[in-house]
Amino acid sequence: MSTLLLTEDETMLQDAARGFLDGAAPVSHFRKLRDAGQTHDAKLWAEMAQMGWTGVLVPEEAGGSDMGHAAACVLAGEMGKTLATSPFISTAVIAATALRQVATDRARDALGAIAAGDVIYGLAVDEGHKHNPEGTQLEAHADGNGFRLSGTKGFVVDGGNADRLLVLARTGAGLTLFDLPADRNGITRTVQSLVDARDAATVTFDNVQATGDDVLGAVDDAMTVLKPALEAGQAALSAEMLGLSAGAFAMTVGYLKERKQFGVEIGRFQALQHRAAHLWSETEITLSAVRHAGRKLDEDPANATLAVSLAKARAAQTAKLAVIEGVQMHGGIGMTDDFDMGFFMKRARVATEWLGDYGYHAAKVAAARGF
Amino acid sequence: MSMSDDALETFRTEVRTWLEENCPPEMRDGASGEDAIVWGGRNWKFTSDAQKLWLDRMAAKGWTVPTWPVEYGGGGLDRAHHKILFEEMRAIGARVPLQSFGIWMLGPALLAFGSHEQKLQYLPPIARGEVRWCQGYSEPGAGSDLASVQTKADSDGDHYIVNGQKIWTSYADKADCIFALVRTDRDAPKHLGITFLLIDMETPGVTTKPIRLISGKSPFCETFFDDVHVPKANVVGTENRGWDVAKHLLTHEREMISGGGQGLLGGRPLGVVLNEQEGGLTDPVLRAEAMGCEVDALAVALTLERYKDQAESGGGVGDASAMLKYAGTELNKRRHELMMSAGGSDALEWDGKYGGLASDWLRTKANSIEGGTSEVMLSIISRRVLGLPT
Ligand SMILES: Cc1cc2nc3c(=O)[nH]c(=O)nc-3n(C[C@H](O)[C@H](O)[C@H](O)COP(=O)(O)OP(=O)(O)OC[C@H]3O[C@@H](n4cnc5c(N)ncnc54)[C@H](O)[C@@H]3O)c2cc1C
Repeated sequence: MSTLLLTEDETMLQDAARGFLDGAAPVSHFRKLRDAGQTHDAKLWAEMAQMGWTGVLVPEEAGGSDMGHAAACVLAGEMGKTLATSPFISTAVIAATALRQVATDRARDALGAIAAGDVIYGLAVDEGHKHNPEGTQLEAHADGNGFRLSGTKGFVVDGGNADRLLVLARTGAGLTLFDLPADRNGITRTVQSLVDARDAATVTFDNVQATGDDVLGAVDDAMTVLKPALEAGQAALSAEMLGLSAGAFAMTVGYLKERKQFGVEIGRFQALQHRAAHLWSETEITLSAVRHAGRKLDEDPANATLAVSLAKARAAQTAKLAVIEGVQMHGGIGMTDDFDMGFFMKRARVATEWLGDYGYHAAKVAAARGF
Repeated sequence: MSMSDDALETFRTEVRTWLEENCPPEMRDGASGEDAIVWGGRNWKFTSDAQKLWLDRMAAKGWTVPTWPVEYGGGGLDRAHHKILFEEMRAIGARVPLQSFGIWMLGPALLAFGSHEQKLQYLPPIARGEVRWCQGYSEPGAGSDLASVQTKADSDGDHYIVNGQKIWTSYADKADCIFALVRTDRDAPKHLGITFLLIDMETPGVTTKPIRLISGKSPFCETFFDDVHVPKANVVGTENRGWDVAKHLLTHEREMISGGGQGLLGGRPLGVVLNEQEGGLTDPVLRAEAMGCEVDALAVALTLERYKDQAESGGGVGDASAMLKYAGTELNKRRHELMMSAGGSDALEWDGKYGGLASDWLRTKANSIEGGTSEVMLSIISRRVLGLPT
């Protein structure tokens, strides 16, 4: 396997992404969206498409840049640092990875649309308060040549802005993954107001008609397509959370060097120095796990579960620590809405729950390690 | 497969064949405990002929120190080849043929700061396990504040006369030689009056007195120097600039200590080992802790890999070795607490059904002290990596 260092191409991508996001989507940009009650910036998304980001996992023959999962993680990480808001993970990572598993013209066209930035996907998998794809209840019962879907999905990330939905449903002998237009008859979307001020929706399906064409992969066999897609999403989300941790940490260290109390910079107090050093150590260790997950998905995707869950578990712990310490070391100002640290804290909480929390992934690691 | 992959696979086949032919069956039990370690030295007693044979054969290949240059007794392997050797040894459970402070600490320091003559003189005997070294850094008044060492070396022609005391000197009573930090200029700022000096323990005036550890063992000593005459040719680097050598050596010591927990349990997951214990891993609290520990252990192991990748690519690891030392040793302590807890009252006996687990558990407490404490590591990170003011 390649090393855990960035390749030259990845370093260039990272530098370019950082430069672009610092200008086009700094944290203040997210604040503007939040204040305006918006969860999507079409112009930003179009620019991401232009730079090849939305096509990062789309094959070149379908119009993508096909840079791979490690590269997708680099991009997600940079977006995490500035809290750049976009449907990147649900669309360019999860939907693209799912569609790639399927060799149909329809899937190829859909991949082309993702690369072009012409479509937004929402992921309609979760139903209960915890990520649990296998526990899916939403039913798609056979109806002539097709299906009828009934039930409710919650925490459908990017579901409000989505043009299409990936829907996991229970069918005769297992689970089946559907790729449906979000405005199909019988689908009702209710936007959820989450703490991180990003897009999520509750989606109800009332006897929604679907054909065999709407099925992604094989009937009763959703996981062949969905598992790699979820793992790709989990890896990218881990990268985003690590980026978020780094963003919060940079603010915190900056403040330690500048804020004075008792006549000196608070960064001179060893109690804070050691906590900052511990936090940095945690981010360094998590970085290794995130890099490893990206490499594993690129080089040995069939056996990436351990690597991906390790990354997500570590990222959850590190992000939690980074934002808790971030608020604490800022004192009162850290608690104010005017200051950005709260945004990092709220995003960390939502990202931790999405696609499986610490417990979910630690259990997967343990299972993969034989206990 | 690229050309270099082909070459690596050829090397792997060669290594496998060689190990198959040369590693004595008795040396294939994967043992890494205290009794299995060969430290070498003038007075070393091998516990079996196989142990000696294994050491001699590996030393002849340069594989006791695989990455050192061939001319100094090493194997001249780069990281990729070294990794293959390591993997193939592990695949057959081959014991590490030789471990020593010479390999872990003095060797890397000599390679970086020693003269060609010093390298030729000192490195091959280390590689062959003929000379055993110990580390004379700490003193009663100089622990975390290492640069305040007071043991003095006064100039006397082409010799120094050394007087003073070291403490916590691991294996001083078993070692042939000591690498010591001595003060050669008492007027200079404390970091600028220290010299890195090599001293033969058989020189008149050197005495040692063992100290007992909480684990019941007695692996370290007080070391005394009374008018000890040492040739000036034994200075590594420059007089009064020994602090640079000392720091370089410390980064290697820290990496070695931080990797200490990696070989623990024969590289098997903690949870699996705990599962095998009586009653299995049924306690939900213990189980959750074991999972968390496994997550962190895997991530720390990957970080060791990443830093090795970085060092190999010329990036260097530098002050980040403090992070590895901090994280690795704190993790190792956590794992041993878990093992003890899982073993319950069975683990409390010195030599019970879990062997030396209790004394291992006690020994790990030193990991976050020796080679620089965890608090000192955090201070290094905050100052040198984060740039916080002091
Ligand atoms: C098993 C074992 C083997 C050893 N082997 C060797 C050896 O072979 N050769 C050798 O030279 N030495 C050896 N040592 C010594 C070891 O390097 C020292 O013990 C260590 O550097 C700490 O020094 P100290 O014991 O004087 O503790 P102190 O420095 O007195 O520390 C006491 C406590 O104060 C804390 N502290 C000190 N300064 C600061 C600060 N600035 N900020 C915050 N906290 C601080 C420490 O972290 C620690 O918790 C060994 C030690 C052990 C336990």
